[in-house]
Amino acid sequence: MAEIIENSGSGKKGGGRRTPKKMGAHIDMTPMVDLMCLLITFFMLTTAFSKPKVMEITMPEKDNTTDPKDAPKVDAKRTYSILLSSDDRVYWYWHGDVPEGQTFPTTINKTDFSKDGLRKILLKKNEKVFTEIFDLKEKVKKGELVLADDSLNAQIKRIKKSDKKAPIILIKADEKTKYKSIVNVVDEMAICNIANYAIVDIAPEEVALIEKAPK
Amino acid sequence: MAKIKLKRATPHVDMTPMVDLFSLLLTFFMLTSSFRPQEAKVIDSPSSVSEKASPDKDVISVLISKDDKVFFNMDNGKDTSAHFRDQLITKINDIYKLSLGPDEIKAFAQGSSFGMPLKNVKGWLKEKDAKKKEEAQIGIPIDTLGSQYPELGIWIAYARELNPTAEVAIKGDAEADYKTVKKVMDMMQANNVNKFNLVTNLQKEEATVDDIK
Repeated sequence: MAEIIENSGSGKKGGGRRTPKKMGAHIDMTPMVDLMCLLITFFMLTTAFSKPKVMEITMPEKDNTTDPKDAPKVDAKRTYSILLSSDDRVYWYWHGDVPEGQTFPTTINKTDFSKDGLRKILLKKNEKVFTEIFDLKEKVKKGELVLADDSLNAQIKRIKKSDKKAPIILIKADEKTKYKSIVNVVDEMAICNIANYAIVDIAPEEVALIEKAPK
Repeated sequence: MAKIKLKRATPHVDMTPMVDLFSLLLTFFMLTSSFRPQEAKVIDSPSSVSEKASPDKDVISVLISKDDKVFFNMDNGKDTSAHFRDQLITKINDIYKLSLGPDEIKAFAQGSSFGMPLKNVKGWLKEKDAKKKEEAQIGIPIDTLGSQYPELGIWIAYARELNPTAEVAIKGDAEADYKTVKKVMDMMQANNVNKFNLVTNLQKEEATVDDIK
């Protein structure tokens, strides 16, 4: 490209005849290469390749005026509480297990963030919705069903809404919880296609239950 | 005996292909790059499966670092001529008597995330030394001191007033305390923000039907 091959004519120069100095047609590209190296390095280091993603959560609206009696009633049989604490500890209990006339259970179950821990529990509780959505997605993946992203999402939403027995998850974290745990739990909700979940305040009684529970 | 003619070694290396390649790479990076926004502190956000891209315009963001310091950022909105940052600092300056000069207001408007008590804002804006400037970022107070409203709440309230349609993003470090995040969220909810975007890194993970068994 940058080399120009010159025909230097006859090889040997005659005796004392002065010949014009052969012009080096080579352009020294070293500085250019240097500069390019620098620029590339600069761009490579400053580029943010993976655009950050966001996880959307909607918090229940704060309404201090409502009477506890007016609070939305949820079926205890459908409701599960997940309790979080420091060192990635996760506990859960089923509201159906709470003795009659009381608000809190006597013991809570320990689990963890592994595939066989919390996820298995959630999947089992949410089996109907999860399998339906999973089948739908598989069909789309295999090409048996052609759906635009929008209508797929709309259908998933419909499936989530259709199951009137699907679990309702309450996420409660104590003071020592790390932010990571909360994100992990909300993430599990997304993985397991849980339709109804909320991050709510923890009650002092539940903190006491965590204290009592095995580490 | 025939003389062996030694081929004259050419010291020139043909750099053309290399230059070609470099130009290509350079063009690629220049065209695809979006600059990493400068942040007050390095924040290592947790990962999730969410694939929603974070909004890049019209965002009020709160950053929470590993040591639970809180930083605030607001952009100029979709249309940069709105000059939200300009308006924000002018307003705060008027109300809280920060006695900022026009130069300092300009410096603020061009900056990005910041975090220091209101009384330190002037000092931070005036500081020229980059290192000292970084040291001045000690986080915005989020606790109520006496009867005073927490300062982060002030920033949020005025930012919301200026740009009510802005989305709220919370970028917390994985190791930050939930307690701090909760306080920030409560302050947001006090300003009628109930939808949050938690900034995370993408990490693919999927459950299958077999996982139920």
